[in-house]
Amino acid sequence: MTSIPAGTWVEIEKVVLNPEERAPSVPDDTKLTPYKMWVSGFLAEEGEIGEEVRIKSIIGRELSGKLVRVNPSYSHSFGKVVPELLKIGTEWER
Amino acid sequence: MSSSDNSYAAVMARKNEIMKMSTGLDYDTYAHSPIAFDYERMMNDTGYTMEDIVRIQHETKVGNTPLYELHNLTKAVRKISEPGKGARILLKDEAANASGSFKARRAAVSVFEAANKGYKGVIAATSGNYGAAVASQAVQRGLKCIVIQEVYDSHGVGQPEIVEKGRKCEAYGAEVIKLTVGPELFYIHLLTLEETGFFNSSLYTPFAVKGVESLGWEIANEVKARYGKVPEAVIITHAGGGNLTGTARGLLAAGCEDTRVVACSVDLSGLHMASDHDFNRKSFTTGHTGFGIPFATWPDRADVPRNAARSLRYMDEYHLVTQGEVFYITELLTKLEGIERGPAGNTSLTAAVALARQMDEDEIVVVQETEYTGAGKHHNSQLSFARENGIEVRRGDPKDNIPGKTIVIPEHLDQVWGKLQDIEHLRKSYLKNAARQHPLSDWDEEDVRFLAEDLKTEQGWIRQQMQEMNGE
Repeated sequence: MTSIPAGTWVEIEKVVLNPEERAPSVPDDTKLTPYKMWVSGFLAEEGEIGEEVRIKSIIGRELSGKLVRVNPSYSHSFGKVVPELLKIGTEWER
Repeated sequence: MSSSDNSYAAVMARKNEIMKMSTGLDYDTYAHSPIAFDYERMMNDTGYTMEDIVRIQHETKVGNTPLYELHNLTKAVRKISEPGKGARILLKDEAANASGSFKARRAAVSVFEAANKGYKGVIAATSGNYGAAVASQAVQRGLKCIVIQEVYDSHGVGQPEIVEKGRKCEAYGAEVIKLTVGPELFYIHLLTLEETGFFNSSLYTPFAVKGVESLGWEIANEVKARYGKVPEAVIITHAGGGNLTGTARGLLAAGCEDTRVVACSVDLSGLHMASDHDFNRKSFTTGHTGFGIPFATWPDRADVPRNAARSLRYMDEYHLVTQGEVFYITELLTKLEGIERGPAGNTSLTAAVALARQMDEDEIVVVQETEYTGAGKHHNSQLSFARENGIEVRRGDPKDNIPGKTIVIPEHLDQVWGKLQDIEHLRKSYLKNAARQHPLSDWDEEDVRFLAEDLKTEQGWIRQQMQEMNGE
C-alpha cells in the first residue's frame, strides 16, 4: 500500500448508523443497509486507503472516517444519446 | 456544545432545543395547539418588508430576472387548441439568479438573517438546488456553509442530477456531507447544527419563505406594466410548498386576488421516497408528488417545528404531469424557444401547456421558474441513466407512464394533458393527519378557524368533516 501524504484532497466514508440502529420509519429494503456518509477534505496526517484517518474539510472542520478516495472528482455527463429526443421540435415532427 | 449521547433517539429528543438555538426562533410563542398557531404573526415577526427583501436579494445577485413571452410555444399550443383558445405563455427565467434557480431567493434572506444574528455559518439539509443557493449566498456574506445531501443508494450509485447538485455546492466552497437514502438525514442535520452552532438555513423558516414573495411580486408588477392586467393563472412547481406559498403571498401583496394559483408536480405515485431500491428508479429528484402530497397534507413534517410553507392555504388547483411529458416539453422549449433549461424547472411549463389550451387567447398564464442546466442536470443525462437502470424509455401516449418502470415521451404536443389532483381529497388527508397530532375531541374554535384558513376553505366545511370523521 502506498502512503498518501498529509494535505492531499481525499474522501472519507463513515457508517453513521448500523442497520439495527436505523430510524423506525425506514422501509424494509432500506433497513437492511447501514446509513453511510462521505465527506471530502485535506488529509490531516499521512494515511493509507482503508485506514481510519482525520481530515479538515474545505471550511476547516475536522472529521474522521475511513479513507476511500484520493483526489475525488466528478465525471457525470450528458449521458448516451437518447434517440427518442432527437426529432422533438424539429421539422421531422412539425 | 455537543452532548455526550449522540444516539438516534437521544438526538431526536433534543430536537426543539437545537431548533431554537439554530434558528433564533421560539416557535412555542406562536403555538395555540399541536395544530393551530399564529401564522401571520410568525411571518410578520421576521420584520422584513417587500422592499427589504428586494434590496437584500439585489445585493447578492438575486431577483429581477427576465420574464419572457414564449411566442413559438404559444403558437404551437394555439395550433392544437379550439379556435379562440390558447393563452399566452410567459416564463420567469429564474435560472438567471446567482446559483441558477429560484432557491437563491430563499437562501438570500435566510443567509442575510444568519449573518445579521451573528452566526458563523449556515447549514442546509437538501438534495436540491437549495444547497447550491445557500452555498452561493453564504460565500457572498462571508459565512461558512455545510450542505447535507442524500446522494447515493446503498451501492454508492447516485443519479447524475443529484451528483451535479453536490458538485455545485462544493464549487461554492461548501462542505458537503453526502449520505445514503433515508430519513435519518434529519438526525445528521441536528447533530451537525449542535456540533457547529451554525444557523439552520432550513427551506421552511419564515425567512426562507418570505424570500420567495419577491418572485410573485415581480411577476405581478411586470405583467401589469406590459399587458395592463394581472395574469389569469400562475403555475408553480410544487414540492415542499415554499415556492407556492411565497409566490402566492407575493402575488397577493401586489393585488392579484383573482389570479389562479396552480400547483404542479411530477407524478411519482407508487415509488417510496425512503426506499433504497426505488431511489434511483425515479428521474426527478424534486418537484414531484413524493414531496408535494405529504407536504401539502401535513406541512409540519418539515425540519422546523412550524412550517412557514403551507401550500393548501394558497392553492386553487393542483396538476400532475408525467416524467415523459416534462422531458418532452423540456426538449421542445430548447428547440422552439432557443433556451436550454433544467427539467425540474420545466414541470410547471408542462402543466402550462395543458392549461393554456383550455384558456382564452387573450388570457395569460405565467410559468414562474426555470433552473440551470448542464452535465448531469439535463434531461438527456436523466433519460440515459434511467435506461441504464432498466427503465423502459419510449415514445407514445404519456398515459402509459409507470413511475419506476416506463417513461413514455409524447409523440405530439396534443398528448400533453397531465391530470388534475383532487384538492378536496388532499384537504381531507390534511385533517386526518391533524387528528393524529391532536385528537379530534380536543379541537376548539381556534383550531377550526386555523384549519379553515390553512386549507383555504370555510369553517362550516371543517365542522362537517369533523362530524364525518367522528362517525368513522
